Amino acid sequence: MIVGEQKPLEEIVGLLGDARKVLVLGCGTCVTVCFAGGEKEVGILASMLRMKSKLAGHPMEVDEATVQRQCEWEYIDPLRERLSQYDAVLSLACGIGVQAMNERFPKHLTLPGINTTSLSLPTEQGVWEERCQACGDCILGITFGICPITRCSKQLLNGPCGGSQRGVCEINPDIPCAWQLIWERAVALGQVERLLEIQAAKDWSRSRDGGPRKIVREDLQLETA
Amino acid sequence: MTERTNGYKSGSNLEKILRAGHFAVTGELGPPQSADGEEIRHKARLLKGVVDAVNITDNQTAIVRMSSIGSGVLAIDEGLEPIVQMTCRDRNRLAIQADLLGAYALGMRNLLCLTGDHQSFGNHPTAKNVHDLDSVQLVHMVKNMRDEACFQCGDAIKGTAPRMLIGAAVNPFADPFEFRPYRLAKKVAAGADFVQTQLIYDIPRFREYMAKVVDMGLHEKVYILAGVGPIKSSGAARYMRDKVPGMIVRDEYVERMNAVVADIPKEEKKARRDTWAQEGIQICVEQIQEIREIEGVAGVHIMAIEWEEAVRSIVEGTGLFPRPAVE
Repeated sequence: MIVGEQKPLEEIVGLLGDARKVLVLGCGTCVTVCFAGGEKEVGILASMLRMKSKLAGHPMEVDEATVQRQCEWEYIDPLRERLSQYDAVLSLACGIGVQAMNERFPKHLTLPGINTTSLSLPTEQGVWEERCQACGDCILGITFGICPITRCSKQLLNGPCGGSQRGVCEINPDIPCAWQLIWERAVALGQVERLLEIQAAKDWSRSRDGGPRKIVREDLQLETA
Repeated sequence: MTERTNGYKSGSNLEKILRAGHFAVTGELGPPQSADGEEIRHKARLLKGVVDAVNITDNQTAIVRMSSIGSGVLAIDEGLEPIVQMTCRDRNRLAIQADLLGAYALGMRNLLCLTGDHQSFGNHPTAKNVHDLDSVQLVHMVKNMRDEACFQCGDAIKGTAPRMLIGAAVNPFADPFEFRPYRLAKKVAAGADFVQTQLIYDIPRFREYMAKVVDMGLHEKVYILAGVGPIKSSGAARYMRDKVPGMIVRDEYVERMNAVVADIPKEEKKARRDTWAQEGIQICVEQIQEIREIEGVAGVHIMAIEWEEAVRSIVEGTGLFPRPAVE
């Protein structure tokens, strides 16, 4: 899922600037599941903004709303009528939601309230670990289901660097070495020889390096008259 | 065409020494964190004639320093052959190839292909890293530039192709240990002519690694230079043992460095420093003598960054001085 973390309150206050009437807008999908921008977080942040602005002597009027998916027109279109009453919208959706709001409602400024961090797996309650970089050319089929593009700090494709020790990455003992994991998996599956093949330089043009990516599926597009 | 008519891949002094079957000695020279070329010249003079070629580090430990190629020009000027280090951390395939063309034109003939220490260790931890290629892919690219006269994209190099002796690093002490000989095999298959190992402070483990390497026949396909370095103090030994990822330092080295200053009071700093220096050099000499006997080892790589003076004592101590000249 897409995972994010709320920005520091001071930064949010700074972004809102002189806005006196604000809509805090949550999203009911990924950021709800990762407790960063769902209905509950919207309520807490709205209360904090009310209190903080009141203490500062410039009370801010803060409304709350949460839509099911901020990244789809059909879920945000119903907001259109009410947006004109706000100086700013503070979105607690991921970066896609924030941009969807700005694109759909160009006359209204929607600001980000969270930092979108990663495509992560919740490995235990309260822990999210990054698993995918959306590189556009999945290699999990040759790395035994463990992604070195995401999980190796140097994105190595031909085995571990010299900084792997006792199963952890040189940059942080909390980070497992991806290549240690890949090696162990190869051993367990009896396919070590597959790791001896040299993996050629990666085609990064399918990643962000190739420019913003766009998928067009004509088979799914609606015909226009 | 994989070799020129003279039979050499690059014609570097290091290649000639290795091909002639001499036990090679390489050193290391760390460029300054400034534009002071005199520092390079000074260190180069300390190492000239003492080593066959010298690694010039590339933003070592992710700290910005004078460029390896720029420093290499100064080293050549002082009569010392450089081994240009090149990391995948700071440059993409375009920048690396461009720099390689320049390095060759400036007279550089040896290249060491490295992944690079992570930038979080250095003085620009908020930097974006590159890692467009990994070190195996880098080796392969440099080999194709030399042997196929083509760029990584496949385009032909029209005119002079850079003909480098290709080096790589190997770490017999990192994990997973069982994978390490295979990692070397990949670098050899990609085109490495020589490799230098991580600092060895665990000879039994290095022996074990080399036994596997010899078993796989890799020592006949690549020149393996064993990495050694004089320990500066007890503290340095402990630090390497406890803090540096990818290093194994046996307790015996820490104990020896401790023991040698046991009778010198802590206040006598200079006496302790000198005693440590002497012992550090002595340990290094003994290590080289021991490592030299291990099958498959073609030379040593002496790493004494910021202690370049020690290298001569070590090389002399092992009877490897003067260095042979090969024409």
